[in-house]
Amino acid sequence: MAEKRHWLEHPATQNFLIPIFAVVLSFAVGAIFILIVGQNPFEVYSVLFSQTLGTSYGVGQLLFKTTPLIFAGLSVALCFKAGLFNIGAEGQLQIGAFMTALVGMYTVGVPAFIEIPLLVLAGMVGGGVWGFIPGYLKAKTGAHEVINTIMLNFVAAALVSFFVTNLFNVPATVHTPSIAPTGRIPRFDAVFSGFEGSPVNFSIIIALLAALFVWYYIDRTRYGYELRVVGLNSKAAEYGGISVSKNIILSMTIGGAIAGLVGTNYVMGYKYYFEEGFSTGTGFMGIAVALLGNNNPFGVILAALLFGMLEYGGLVINTMVPKELVSILQAIVIIFVISSNKIFRKILVNFLKKRTLSIND
Amino acid sequence: MKNGISVILTVVLMAGTALLFESCGKSQPAAPPNSEVGLVFDVGGRGDKSFNDQAYRGLQMAKDSLGIKYQYIEPGGGSDRESALRQLASRKSIGLIFGVGFIFTDDITDVAKAFPDKKFACIDYTYDSTKAVPKNLIPIEFRENEGSFLVGAIAGLITKTSKVGFIGGMESPLIRKFQAGYEAGVKYVNPKCKVLVAYAGVTGDAFKNPAKGKELALSQYAQGADIIYHAAGVTGLGVFEAAREMKKYAIGVDMDQWNEAPGRVLTSMVKKGDVAVYDVIKEWKAGKFAGGTPRVFGLRDNGVDFVYDSNNKSLIPEKVYKKVEDLRNQIIDGKIKVPTQ
Repeated sequence: MAEKRHWLEHPATQNFLIPIFAVVLSFAVGAIFILIVGQNPFEVYSVLFSQTLGTSYGVGQLLFKTTPLIFAGLSVALCFKAGLFNIGAEGQLQIGAFMTALVGMYTVGVPAFIEIPLLVLAGMVGGGVWGFIPGYLKAKTGAHEVINTIMLNFVAAALVSFFVTNLFNVPATVHTPSIAPTGRIPRFDAVFSGFEGSPVNFSIIIALLAALFVWYYIDRTRYGYELRVVGLNSKAAEYGGISVSKNIILSMTIGGAIAGLVGTNYVMGYKYYFEEGFSTGTGFMGIAVALLGNNNPFGVILAALLFGMLEYGGLVINTMVPKELVSILQAIVIIFVISSNKIFRKILVNFLKKRTLSIND
Repeated sequence: MKNGISVILTVVLMAGTALLFESCGKSQPAAPPNSEVGLVFDVGGRGDKSFNDQAYRGLQMAKDSLGIKYQYIEPGGGSDRESALRQLASRKSIGLIFGVGFIFTDDITDVAKAFPDKKFACIDYTYDSTKAVPKNLIPIEFRENEGSFLVGAIAGLITKTSKVGFIGGMESPLIRKFQAGYEAGVKYVNPKCKVLVAYAGVTGDAFKNPAKGKELALSQYAQGADIIYHAAGVTGLGVFEAAREMKKYAIGVDMDQWNEAPGRVLTSMVKKGDVAVYDVIKEWKAGKFAGGTPRVFGLRDNGVDFVYDSNNKSLIPEKVYKKVEDLRNQIIDGKIKVPTQ
């Protein structure tokens, strides 16, 4: 029976073809919009790809954009495994990055091997606290985490903005003073000259380690098992003696802590200070990254690469098309890739059915 | 994990497509090196009816009358500013790159150092005399005090109560420059006139507080002022509201603010980003680019001005206008020195 199956029926080939289909199709739809604004889609796309993937500088920029998306994506994915929808990564990363900058400001003279872990920890504590609050409220009062995380995003933005413009700013700027020089994470271009000028730095290693941690935690530990059971069926978990409220609080706190690591990229690896408005919706992009990555840590890395490319690619083609079109293109890719699974599988199945019928005739 | 594999494949496919495109996408005729102008907008981009739009107008003026081609980028926040500047600087055809807004100060200084063969200019650059500015970068400053002097003179000549007001946003050297010019202008034409001064605060939020602006304006009107000049950003919108309610006059800032309270806006002190952009492009094209020190745009360079058009002509008597134009010439000739603090 098996040898009679058409090659398109194999799940592996389907998983291979469907996202390719989706991306190609979304770029085709994007091309229509590019034509509407009076540009040649081939030229725009060739610039988009050649300047992101075609040069080491472009790859550096792409990786720099990818790093925060990995953190945000992991944060959302981990909470999702526990059945929680963390819309609060944006607020968590704001507080985390600000904490990193704040501790960095006041710890001048500490050697690097203490300073760097200290600042990383500061970011995790900041983000963790911001994840703990909605987690605690959900566990103890049942208040829905979606609403609370959204609200805490506003609180975080306002709080950080207040601190940056009132208490900790360098006059005539919207950023804090620089962190201690020993807290800086080296940039790639300090080691590989090909990346010269691009801000990509070794915080991406932290991001990869975080992904490894999330995978190990969820797939290989008892805590991760409990977390997944709670996510799948919290009533069954309770019967099985697993504390649901403990797991909710724990996963939101860890998720927040991971989001809080975004500051390692911008504050420790790039500008060396916290700047108001440094994140342009990274936390919300994290939701799309987690969905596309199927809430799998390694899937998150790949999805973050794709979105990192689109983010930097958007800037690259901005001289040819308006920035609104760049946002449209990004959104189309997200919609197509995420919704493609069912639609294209259906089309494939229908195609195969017709084929079998015609062969049988 | 299944989806993960599929995403890998997607990325591989895209890389392949990229190579394909790269091999066939390089046929367009290249513009001569260093012949074009690049510009990076502040967050908000085109359509902000303020500085970004003015800078864009400057580009268009250069295109129309100098035949210059331009490219621009509208970045988001964070790292996009530096990336965008580098993007433009690394294009062979582009020789001059603008950053619009003080927030570019650090980024454009770094990028100018990294691209010594390209020229840069930054509108409202935060100039710090203790820090060297690269020779290929022009910090652009405006003499807001000179424009404020002229609107001060208008207020001093028109007031019926011999009392006028000034409302600033954040108390800072920059805004005191507006205040100093305004006060000098009022006193120059009307030595007996009193100037009431108020600031909305000492932090950046003082530029975003219309309620506070209205409160301060109502208080100044109640004390007898009949004209108030604001240099307070969004806070100033409250001043216009107070002017509407009290049926008094207000003076706008940065751009023509007539539409905020038609009939109540005596005039506006305008900063002309378009002129600055156009002039720097013109000088650069003529081979006269001079960086390293701030380039100052005052009345002489038409970089600041006041509004006098069909809207507000009826509010400013002919005699007043002539007198103020005379003062303008005296400032340009150096006969009147306008204080900055």
